[in-house]
Amino acid sequence: MSDKRMTVDDVVAELRDGMTIGVGGWGSRRKPMHLVRALARSKLKELTLVSYGGPDVGLLCATGKVKKVVCGFVSLDSIPLEPHFRAARQSGAIEVADLDEGMLQWGLYAASLRLPFLPTRAGLGSDVMTLVPELRTVKSPYDDGEELVAMPAITLDVALIHMNRADARGNGQFLGPDLYFDDLFCMAAKRRFMSAERIVPTERLLDEGSIHTLRISRMMVDGVVEAPGGARFTSCEPDYERDEVLQREYAASAASPEAWNTFRAKYLGEAS
Amino acid sequence: MTDYSLYELCAVACAEAWRGDGEILASPIGVIPTLGARLAKATFAPDLLLSDGIASLVANTLPLGGSSPDKVVESYIPYRAVFDIVWSGRRHVMMGASQIDRFGNQNIAFIGDPRRPRAQLLGMRGAPGNTINHPTSYFIAGHSARSFVARVDAVSGVGYDRAASLGARGARHHQIRRVISNKGVFDFETPDHSMRLRSVHPGVDVKDVIASTGFSLAIAERVDETRAPTAEELRLLREVIDPTGLGKKELGP
Repeated sequence: MSDKRMTVDDVVAELRDGMTIGVGGWGSRRKPMHLVRALARSKLKELTLVSYGGPDVGLLCATGKVKKVVCGFVSLDSIPLEPHFRAARQSGAIEVADLDEGMLQWGLYAASLRLPFLPTRAGLGSDVMTLVPELRTVKSPYDDGEELVAMPAITLDVALIHMNRADARGNGQFLGPDLYFDDLFCMAAKRRFMSAERIVPTERLLDEGSIHTLRISRMMVDGVVEAPGGARFTSCEPDYERDEVLQREYAASAASPEAWNTFRAKYLGEAS
Repeated sequence: MTDYSLYELCAVACAEAWRGDGEILASPIGVIPTLGARLAKATFAPDLLLSDGIASLVANTLPLGGSSPDKVVESYIPYRAVFDIVWSGRRHVMMGASQIDRFGNQNIAFIGDPRRPRAQLLGMRGAPGNTINHPTSYFIAGHSARSFVARVDAVSGVGYDRAASLGARGARHHQIRRVISNKGVFDFETPDHSMRLRSVHPGVDVKDVIASTGFSLAIAERVDETRAPTAEELRLLREVIDPTGLGKKELGP
């Protein structure tokens, strides 16, 4: 039985410039920040990020890793606008494909099912259709003849997710209120890396949650990293709530290069 | 007459948007719409379903803010279920708008050039999918010619002219029920579905509303005053739904 445990450096070693990387979680909730920080410290560049965006997107924008962001929003929840993402977009440094939240789900789902697209009404009539020029519509082949958005598959090179518990073989468990779309990120990606608060023996996986919490199976995961506190400063309930103090420091650090250098040294563990 | 504040009047006007909706998900975004939705459910719209903003549908009336040990959870509603409900049409959302135009096109995405916006806002969020799939209302706390504009910088929420361009089939689930601002209540019940002043809040002049709006507003022959809160509505708002006064903080005094 294969043991998929690895270090965060092993994960970074598998990544290449220009890759499309999907990040699980939602806003400032259960983001794989331990893995994201390692990307921020790396020499990687020109990444395309696909995310229900939070500080994962902002941090990688602030560290110059990002070429393009595919998202429905980028928010810190308790701080509605992500200041580092705003700065990057307002300076013209990054390209953004701003989709409806449901369209993003549909694109990941299409990729996970190996379909070229999935139809939806979401997007019709809005400027998503003009601002994301690769989007096309499709006419229903049935009698209704309805014109729908053909949401293209969003295929990922890599998915990064963070779970509350995992086993060494790659089974993952969420114990908080919402899985978000972490399973779809994994299913849509060629290589999938999962960090977890704690790695436990497989036979202990039902100790803390019902069978319904086992939504990530080992066929969806290539590598497991044990990372206690690995979502901080985002929330990872029930293990911990969002660290609002640290999040405020992060947000405030967008104000000046000096503030950013100080925060960067503290959060990324680098000399400034 | 009972004394009340602007935020209480607005909360009641927001509540009215959900009247008659029956057993659907009411999704208020922001403090005043949330007060409104909880008030509607606690009074004239008891069948509405309301989320706690995390992943639970809550049966009882919760106070705004803080944790609620008395929360009665009636069902599970993670984001994936919300998206399915949006596309099924069993929902009425009330969003904010940084900009709104004469036909109800809403912008929450950005201001300026999309390649290099002057101000990045929230992004598209769920606005495109919401507006094309089920009823939508808006609450805009700062009514001015900068928010009620001739042309929005980006269309997040779809307005009536954009919906009409999709044809009868594409537009059949689109409806903008109400716009509530700090000056009045608006609807689109005109022949061309352009925005109409439905009522003004007490003390607001119709001329002031017209002057604060950046497009030509349809005016009903007789413009009513927005309904005042009842004594029971004020009691519910002050004692049960918003005991810590978050509404007043949002839209004082």
